[in-house]
Order: sequence, then C-alpha cells, then structure tokens
Amino acid sequence: MENNVLTYRAAGPLLSLRRYGLLLAFLAVCIGLSLTTPRFLTWQNATIILTQVSINALLAFGVTFVIITGGIDLSVGSVVAVSGVVAASFAHPDTYPVIVPVVVGLLTGLAFGAFNGFVVTSSKVPPFIVTLGTMTIGRGLALILSKGRPVSNLSDAFNFLGGGKVLGVPMLIWILIAVFALCAVILRKTVLGRYMYAVGGNEQASRASGVPLRTVKMAVYTLCGGLAALSGILLTSRITTGQPNAGLSFELDAITAAIIGGTSTSGGTGTMTGTLLGALLIGVISNGLDLLNVSSYYQQVVMGVIIIGAVVLDSLNQTKKA
Amino acid sequence: MEASQEVVLRVRELSKSFAGIRALDDVQLDVRRGEVHALMGENGAGKSTLMKILVGLVTPDTGEVWLENQSLAGLSLREIRDRGLSMIHQEMLLVPELTVAQNLFLGRESRLLGWLDNRKLNARAAEVLSRMGLNLDPARKARDLSIAEMQLVEIARAISTDARVIIMDEPTSALSDREVAVLFGLIKGLKARGVAVIYISHKMEEISAIADTVTVLRDGRYIATHPAAELSESKLIALMVGRELGTLFPETVSAAGAEVLSVSGLTRAGAFSDISFAIHAGEVLGMGGLMGAGRTEIARVLYGLDQPDSGGIRFDGQAVRIRTPREAIRLGIGYVGEDRKASGFIPKMSVRENLTLGSLTTHVRKGLVSASSEGEAVTRMIESLKIKASGPEQEVVQLSGGNQQKVVIGKVLLALPRLIILDEPTRGIDIGAKAEIYRLIARLKAEGCAILLISSELPELIGLSDRILILAQGKQKALLPASEASQERLLHYAMPA
Repeated sequence: MENNVLTYRAAGPLLSLRRYGLLLAFLAVCIGLSLTTPRFLTWQNATIILTQVSINALLAFGVTFVIITGGIDLSVGSVVAVSGVVAASFAHPDTYPVIVPVVVGLLTGLAFGAFNGFVVTSSKVPPFIVTLGTMTIGRGLALILSKGRPVSNLSDAFNFLGGGKVLGVPMLIWILIAVFALCAVILRKTVLGRYMYAVGGNEQASRASGVPLRTVKMAVYTLCGGLAALSGILLTSRITTGQPNAGLSFELDAITAAIIGGTSTSGGTGTMTGTLLGALLIGVISNGLDLLNVSSYYQQVVMGVIIIGAVVLDSLNQTKKA
Repeated sequence: MEASQEVVLRVRELSKSFAGIRALDDVQLDVRRGEVHALMGENGAGKSTLMKILVGLVTPDTGEVWLENQSLAGLSLREIRDRGLSMIHQEMLLVPELTVAQNLFLGRESRLLGWLDNRKLNARAAEVLSRMGLNLDPARKARDLSIAEMQLVEIARAISTDARVIIMDEPTSALSDREVAVLFGLIKGLKARGVAVIYISHKMEEISAIADTVTVLRDGRYIATHPAAELSESKLIALMVGRELGTLFPETVSAAGAEVLSVSGLTRAGAFSDISFAIHAGEVLGMGGLMGAGRTEIARVLYGLDQPDSGGIRFDGQAVRIRTPREAIRLGIGYVGEDRKASGFIPKMSVRENLTLGSLTTHVRKGLVSASSEGEAVTRMIESLKIKASGPEQEVVQLSGGNQQKVVIGKVLLALPRLIILDEPTRGIDIGAKAEIYRLIARLKAEGCAILLISSELPELIGLSDRILILAQGKQKALLPASEASQERLLHYAMPA
C-alpha cells in the first residue's frame, strides 16, 4: 500500500497533464498558426476546418465506443462508401422524400455494424480480423451496387444535409455538435456507457459482475456502423455524389483521432471530448500545413509523428502509474 | 538445522520517500547464511519497497545494502542478480510460448547469437529439476503448466542461478498443500547448501513451520527481529499491528432460518460429481478441501459461470437453471471470486464505478444513471465496510489488497444478495483486514444472509462456519457441524484416498 498512496499522489499532476495536455497542444497549435498565417483565425477558415473535421469526427466517435470496449473497427471507411452509395441510389430528384435515403443509408451501416458485433461475439475471431473482412466486403458491395461508377444527380433536399447552412452555420457543424453531445451522454451517463468501460477494463470481472457482454459488444459495433453510415450519407450529400471509392483509409484517421484523444487501444479508457479534440487537432494541423503551403506528402509524415508521440506520452503516463 | 552466524545480507539505515511520503524509515536487516528469514508486516508496512530496493528496482534515499560485505549501491538489476540475490515474484514471469527449459535459462543462454541446442538445454534443465525433486518435463510449454508448476519453475530458475540469497514473496499463495510440502523441502535443501531465504508471507502456520528468524516492519519502520521459535502467534500479530487484536473470530449465534439454496446430485464432468447440500438464511456453510478438490468449480456453477452436466439447483424451493452470472444476480446470488485481480474488479475504474457495477440499473432515472442516487449508495458502502480510499473516485488498483477485497464485497452487497458465495475471501490480505472481513461475515449472517464460505485456511473455516462440507477429488466427503470439526479431522477427510 505504501506504493499506492504515493503513486496516487504522483499521479495527480500527471493525470491533469493528460487531461489538459491535449487541449493545451490544440490551443498552442492554434495560437502558433494564427501568428504565422493571417488567414487562419477567420470565421471562414474556422467553418472550413469544422466541416472538414466533422466527417472524421463522426467516425471517430463510433470507433471510440468500440476501442473503449477493447475492440477495434476497421470497416468504417468501407461503410462510409457503401451506405453513401445506397443512400445516393434513393436520393435522385422526384423519387423518394429525403427521409428515405437517410433511413436506408443508416440501416445499411447499422446492419454492417450488427454483423461485425454478431461475428465478434459468437466466435473467437479477433475484432481486428473480423472488421478487416467486413472492410473488404463493404468496399466490394459499394462497387457492386454502384457498378463501379459514381451515383450522381441527387435531389436538392438531400444535398442540403451536407452542404446547406442553418443560421449561417453549415449543417455539418450542427450535426457534429448534436452527435457529439449524444455520444458523450451515452458514454458518461448511461448504463451502457459504464458497461463499455467495464468490458474494456476487465472482461472477466465484468461478466462476473453481471454485465451482459454480448449485448454491450453488439451495441458498440452497431452504434459504430450507424455513425459510419451517417458520415457516409453526409459525405455523399456534401460532394453531391455517391462514390464507391469514398472513405478510403478513413478508418485510420478515425482511429488516429481516438488515440490522440487519449483512448487506450488496450481498452477501458477514453472520452468523447478527447476524441473530438483529437479530430480537431488533426484538422487544424492539416489546415495549417495547407495554409503554410506544406506539401501533403510532408503532412502525412507530420501526422505519423503525432500519432506515435501521443501514444508514447500515454504509455509513459501508464508506466508512471503502474 | 542451525543457521551460521555469518551475515550474508546486511541492510542499514535504509530510508525511502515517494512524493514526500515515507515508505521506509531507517530500516535495518541482517540475514545470515543458511537461514530462512521471514519478513512480516501488514500491507503497507514497507515490505515490498524494501524488496524492490534489495533487487535494484528502486534506489534508496539513504542507507546501504551489502551482500557478502560488498555494497550493492548503484548496481543494476542484472548485476545484483549475478552477485547472487534473486527474487521469486508473486506474479508469474514465465514466457508462455517457451518451454520449461527455455524459461529456466532465459537470459542466461551462453551466446547471444549462435545455435541454441534445445536437447542440451533440456538435459541441463532436467538435471536442475530432478535435483530439486521436481517431476516436470523440461520440453513442456509454460502455458500448459498449472499456476503451481509455473511457480516451481520460477523457484528452480532462482536456485539454478546459484543465488546466495533468494527472496520469496508469498510463494505459496497458489500452491496446494502437497506442493507447499515440496516447496518447503526445497527450502530445507537450500538452507543445507548455505543459501539464505527471505520469506514473505501472511500465513502464520508457514512462518512457524519454516522460518528461523522473523523481522517485523510496521508503517515503514523496523520494529524487531526475533528467533521464530520465541515468537507466539499472538505476540507476532501484536508486533505487526502494534496492538492486541483480541479474538480473531467473532462470536455468533447459530440461527439458521428457511432454506435459501439447495443442490442435489450436482455433477460437472471432470470437476465434481454428486454434490448435495442446502444452505439456510443466517447460516454459514463452510466448504473445505485441498486445491483442485472442486470447490471453486461448484461455486462457478452456482453463479452461472459454468453449467452443470446433471443434478438440480433449487433457490427458494424453486428449481432453477442459472445460465449466466446476470441470472444468478437476479435470483439473489452474489459471488466474491478467489482471483481478485482477474475477475474481481476493473482496475482502471474508480471505487465508485466498481462498487455499483453489479447494481447500476437500480440507479437509472429517466434513462440516465443518477449521480446522486449512485453517490449515496457508494458513500454508504464505503462507510459501512470502512473502505480506506482517498475518496470514491480513487482507482481501485491503487488500494491495498484488503481494501480491494472490500470493494469487491461491497459491489456484491449492493446488489442485495440473499446468498453470498465467498471464495477464499481473505487470501493475500493482511491480518487487520482479515479480522474486518470476519466481522462482516458475522454481520451478514446476523442480518439473515446465507453464506457459502470456501477457504483453504482450516482455522477460518472452523471459526466462522456453522456446518462444514469437505470435498476431495470432486467428491463430497463429509458434511458436519463446525462444533464437531477439528483441523485434524477435516484434513483427514480432505486427503485424497
């Protein structure tokens, strides 16, 4: 116990560094960029960043749920494509009301997620492999359903979802705020959210405490699929076409945002605020590098360094606590 | 066996503070060649910090350690081990995919590059193992070993490094009685060869059976060193806790009420067969037996973690099938498992979150978890069980073993069980926390809870139970009132035929 008392004390400042470190990093980058590039700190640029970030953030919220339970979902990028293509096929002008493509698109993603959850809970195959499989299936289905061609000529009502503005603020930002609030409440305030942390923290102990493992895992993968579908629908609407090749490697950006945001890949920790900040940090950095005319090749290198840096910091933190 | 007077390990004026808190304060220790030196103290007394300093994991603030008159100051872990000081860890440190032989010599392969001759390695390992009197195939993979076998390999590894001093931290916590006997045989062999053993254990019987000398630490300070033969159990406890504990087992009145649970002919192939008993409200049914007798396996079936092959379970007189722990909890069965770390609590979660994990749905208001309802239950339980934590938000992993156990018990209690299964509830916790758990069992009993108590400590079983069920090799051997039970009699039933 002597160690416990003292590591607890020692953990105090470290914990708060962890909690606010990301926010400080984010603010530092923003301040640095606004000093170096006058165009950075403008209302217009801020809305650009937020709209760019929103698609990735929605995916990252879903992935955060999954990673907290100790799983992983690689299929979200493909689900973006397939649900986008499906939604687009129902979104031609003068066919169905706009609610139909939205619902059908969402159902597509939910079905994918439920399938992931079903295979993960009823077999011993690791989630990494299962979702690697559905990633490939999803991409294939998107190409089959669209016959490999973009699905264009979409209704104005549908295009409004990802391209329109309400009260001068893009719809995407409104949706981002609403979904963030919803996900944060699920994670922090509901029994399901608590169970997610429990399952990721110690599956065996969770089971012994009466946590319904199967239900929790089904729920997180289904939620993740649903959020991926929402991203897919919004992306389709924003670019006014259902692209079978949309969302390529989006799963990596989403996982990156979650990890930078402090979600541990070993499960049991993570917050929606962290993930949102992670996605914003990625968005701000790539926006800033754009403004500074840094080539996108270099941007990838920078992003890789940030990922490793975030995880190394996190693991240092873990060792100090152990 | 007379230990020599030559001091092989000398510790002087050792102090260590972490973040302003004194973990060790001016501690001394003299370990003589060929003696078994028990290091005693409650959790938090400073034993583990001292051990970490000895093996080189932690650097002391002041003071020094000498091994055979050479200072160990500034040496690395590996250098200290090479000088002859080894530690056997409580947690298994074997590489699961390597064989017994490969594990034995891990890190001591002769050359870094070059062929590893597995046959030669196996032969050398077989020699080491047989010298220790262990019957283990060196070619088996570590992951196929039982926990006890792994521990014996750990010990073999330390012995084969030609250690002068071996530290054993709770070496018997996962061993059966027979394996404990093997271990004690090994220790005697070590003594004969002049190796000193620093032995850390909470088990009094072991100390009196094996130790020559006892050093007691309390609150990070050196208290006393005595020859083991001159220390009675009560005196030792008084030294450790700094006060007399009084009687360890609280007086209770037997007032068994209605039957809560009964099983008849319960069988699970390969684990236990034809088990029949009943537990009543306000009764403690003790379940004893050696390791592997089938006790935990029965508990797991009653809690829905495993399924029986045949036989019936009745709860409140109704025939029930318990398929998951969730169903067991709903019926009113609570389970405190034997392996706290693996299945008891969620280390990354707070005391609060762990406490309410089994009863969270009762705190839901309008779809959300009500912080006030949850907080109230948590505060109540922390007070009721006297859980020592900095607050409800402290992570459980940071608590002492005894307090972790209280959190696990608290979680079970918050689900309002009518039958509680306690599987080795006092394993690895210090004597003060033990006494509190005993009082808690008495309190629950008085409140009309039915309790199934599984324990390997016979005094505990006799002192707390109303009736005792003894198992051996998966079979029910005896069911007798505690008043008719003696340690000898229970052991007689528990021994395999």
